[in-house]
Amino acid sequence: MALAGRTAALWARLRSPRLPPWLLSACERRYSSRGEEKLDMSTYPVESIRNFSIIAHVDHGKSTLADRLLEITGTISKTDRNKQVLDKLQVERERGITVKAQSASLFYNHEGTNYLLNLIDTPGHVDFSYEVSRSLSACQGVILVVDANEGIQAQTVANFYLAFEAQLSVIPVINKIDLKNADPERVEKQIEKLFDIPTNECIRISAKLGTNVEKVLQKVIEKIPPPQCNIADPLKALVFDSTFDHYRGVVANVALFGGEIAKGNKIMSAHTKKRYEVNEVGILTPNEQPTHKLYAGQVGYLIAGMKEVTEAQIGDTLFLYKQPVEPLPGFKSAKPMVFAGMYPVDQTEYNNLKSALERLTLNDSSVTVHRDSSLALGAGWRLGFLGLLHMEVFNQRLEQEYNMSVILTAPTVPYKAVLSSAKLIKEYGKDEITIINPAQFPDKFLVSEYLEPTVLGTIVTPHEYIGKIIALCQDRRAVQKDMLYIDENRVMLKYLFPLNEIVVDFYDALKSLSSGYASFDYEDAGYQAADLIKMDILLNGNPVEELATIVHNDKAYATGKLLCECLKESIPRQLFEIAIQAAVGKKIIARETLKAYRKNVVAKCYGGDITRRMKLLKRQAESKRLMRKIGNVEVPRDAFIRVLKRETD
Amino acid sequence: WPYCRKRCSYCNFNTYVVPAVDEAAVRACLVREARALLRLSQVQSITSVFFGGGTPSLASPRTIAAVLEAVAEAAGLPAGAEVTLEANPSSTDTTRLAGFKAAGVNRLSIGVQSLDDAELRLLGREHTAAEAQGAVEAARGLFPGRTSIDLLFGLPGQSRDAWAQRLEAALRLCDDHISLYQLTLERGTALAAQVRGGTLPLPPQDLLADMYQTARTLLVAAGFRHYEVSNFARKDALSSHNLSYWRADQYIGVGPGAHGRFVPRGEGSCRREARVQTLEPVAWMREVQSQGHGTRSRVVLSPLEQVEELLTLGLRTDEGVTHERWGHFSPQLSLQAVFGAPGEAQALQEQGWLLLDSGGLRCTWAGLAVLDSLLPDLLCQLQR
Repeated sequence: MALAGRTAALWARLRSPRLPPWLLSACERRYSSRGEEKLDMSTYPVESIRNFSIIAHVDHGKSTLADRLLEITGTISKTDRNKQVLDKLQVERERGITVKAQSASLFYNHEGTNYLLNLIDTPGHVDFSYEVSRSLSACQGVILVVDANEGIQAQTVANFYLAFEAQLSVIPVINKIDLKNADPERVEKQIEKLFDIPTNECIRISAKLGTNVEKVLQKVIEKIPPPQCNIADPLKALVFDSTFDHYRGVVANVALFGGEIAKGNKIMSAHTKKRYEVNEVGILTPNEQPTHKLYAGQVGYLIAGMKEVTEAQIGDTLFLYKQPVEPLPGFKSAKPMVFAGMYPVDQTEYNNLKSALERLTLNDSSVTVHRDSSLALGAGWRLGFLGLLHMEVFNQRLEQEYNMSVILTAPTVPYKAVLSSAKLIKEYGKDEITIINPAQFPDKFLVSEYLEPTVLGTIVTPHEYIGKIIALCQDRRAVQKDMLYIDENRVMLKYLFPLNEIVVDFYDALKSLSSGYASFDYEDAGYQAADLIKMDILLNGNPVEELATIVHNDKAYATGKLLCECLKESIPRQLFEIAIQAAVGKKIIARETLKAYRKNVVAKCYGGDITRRMKLLKRQAESKRLMRKIGNVEVPRDAFIRVLKRETD
Repeated sequence: WPYCRKRCSYCNFNTYVVPAVDEAAVRACLVREARALLRLSQVQSITSVFFGGGTPSLASPRTIAAVLEAVAEAAGLPAGAEVTLEANPSSTDTTRLAGFKAAGVNRLSIGVQSLDDAELRLLGREHTAAEAQGAVEAARGLFPGRTSIDLLFGLPGQSRDAWAQRLEAALRLCDDHISLYQLTLERGTALAAQVRGGTLPLPPQDLLADMYQTARTLLVAAGFRHYEVSNFARKDALSSHNLSYWRADQYIGVGPGAHGRFVPRGEGSCRREARVQTLEPVAWMREVQSQGHGTRSRVVLSPLEQVEELLTLGLRTDEGVTHERWGHFSPQLSLQAVFGAPGEAQALQEQGWLLLDSGGLRCTWAGLAVLDSLLPDLLCQLQR
């Protein structure tokens, strides 16, 4: 929380002069490690450098192992308070996940040689898989941590394949051997079966107690090759993360694949083609520590007057101005996969929420923000996220760090339509459009096909739940791609899911039918053709614009029924009967009837508490004014909120 | 009189079950507060008195007499003034009733609630159906034409037929006034907890509507005038005291938790106030003893708030809000000017819930049953 707290406090001070923070950096520069001598990094040649990551399923002990490594190498002092040192955000510590990758350089003497070990932390969830892959591309090896009790889980598999595809050395580590139910032998066999790593290569450790952790460091030096690069080459730096500092602008985390960099160098971004002058370079220990230079093979940070995080996009390559190099492969801009509407609970909070969103997105360029407004919910935004967890984490950070409570609508996914109408193609200037808002959904006769995003999901579960899980997946229109016993009683399933089938409650359903034992992870798997339709919701025959949804034909009836039932529960009875219908085109596919009030009058009303009664009536009169009228039907804001959040009970 | 022998399972009124009541002290305080507030109001003549509670029939006739004497002394109580006492069948033997009559009571409202023993047990009442019947007969002997009974409907598990049977029995027993209340499951009561906990069923909305319609039809056929949402009378036996609430007349509340609406002319004010007396009896008594009255809150009602109350209360009656009553509160802007213009009221008239004519503004037969759905619309229009 130190990071966020500092940012907020500085912001408050900065608001009045209305000066961009980076302009102030010259006169009020701040270093997190003031007064320290600048390090000379030239004493660490490429041969004595190891760049590695730790990858693991949630809660398998990645951050605890990182804490121990930091302690052993003297990077941080050894105290009881070292709990998830690299996880700086409250949400990270609470959820046991890493949202924002942090890195640390460790100094370690092994058999008389001083080594520079760069631990490059990765975000701990596949929503951030692109960021993970960029972090991994700065490494030559990974420590794969698996819980000795839980064994291989869905995220272990996903992470392993990311490392495997990047051709990195993998050091398997079995953690939590101190636990009573630990069964490291079983886990070693799983690793052998699934990843083809001999059982004797696994290191059994307890990160909590420090058991065998030193051995891990030795293996890192022995098994992971030094980076293949040369100081004599021109500068080639990979941006693998970036943060925003209100005084100094963007702080970019970089890995040098060639050359060297120092203050005063003129550099250029391969992606934006913008030019900068380097103000500061340094390493992370894990706080920023300035150095004279950074050399090929090393990992650190640089500050070069970049004003927005979008200028230091993850995966971008930096090089010396007038000495262009071939950019590192694999760069792509963050692509939102899940969209949700966000509205202030109270419209008077709009401006506060707006500034909170602006501040939060300063540090997270992967969130896309578009202004939106709803007749029922007022002015708000349509936000795009990398995935579900990303969305939840973002929302939680808004609440925790900015004290904002918001209405977040149920997430939707970006559909596509391949246009067949020449007129529309001309209008859009392309023959394939992305549809985020149901209002943009083109009619069937104008398109040759609709497309929906898919993901490849990995599920690891004790075998007794297979039947139920297969049924759940089929219900979600998923297609089985693989099924493998990883030991006598654990199964790994792979399914191709339409993304929209997992965005609302899939994970909860999976957890509840497996008593919490099944784990799930997924990765982007592109688009597939889908029989999509637009469904309208009608109240007494009048469409409710903000409740229109895009659904798959197979799911239209079930979704329509659900929405109608939810509305029936949330609209108060009125003086006339209300037909709540779901319609596709002119065809009604579901209907609920809300009966008229036949009796609604308080029984006793004498001289007693008329004041309280008047207050209640006036509150009702007041809320009537705020209700949205669909034809003659009055719909309270709460009804929209419940339906848009897909709350059912 | 805020005390009861036992709390009923459906009741959330301001009542207290205590082992012993210092009746002399309570009496002295009631008398003192009545005097003080009457003086403050400078009312010249009292048209009606209502002893409610609690269980006022647990008080002794002496206490009732003392209060009535104080009222007569402070403001004048004409011989014809209606004096009602709320009574429970379990505390109304003939001798007691005669005592109340001698003290000045001339109308009795008996909390019969049901004429079925199982239902009475469910409601946590102390009496049986037979006892209720005896109490009503005794009361009718002493207060002929001026005995009212209360009945509850919509009890958990009660069927429409069972309710119709209770009504038939009540019609055989009753005098010329009857109040029928739909049971309200008030928060914090034992009955509401049982319904929420699932041990008792929640009566369905449509059944409640049917029960209400059944009762209205049956009573009107038996010659009763349905003069207020829950009140029926024949031979002109309307409760003039309760009518004064619905006509938004002035009233003074005396005793713990009592509410009043009057202009404190004794202070030189000419603005109507909403007043509430201190809720808890011991604290109330302390205040009366130290300052003459236990008024806990007083709020001046704006002209808009006054007509809002008039509308909310008046529309509960069959006469509705008359032009005359409206004019009393709003001499400038007539009923016609407010609700005759296009708007909510006109729409509600077109839909058949409301009537505005030479008699005033009132609900139709169908509209009365859904009045609480009409009021927010009317208040919106009024506020404009």
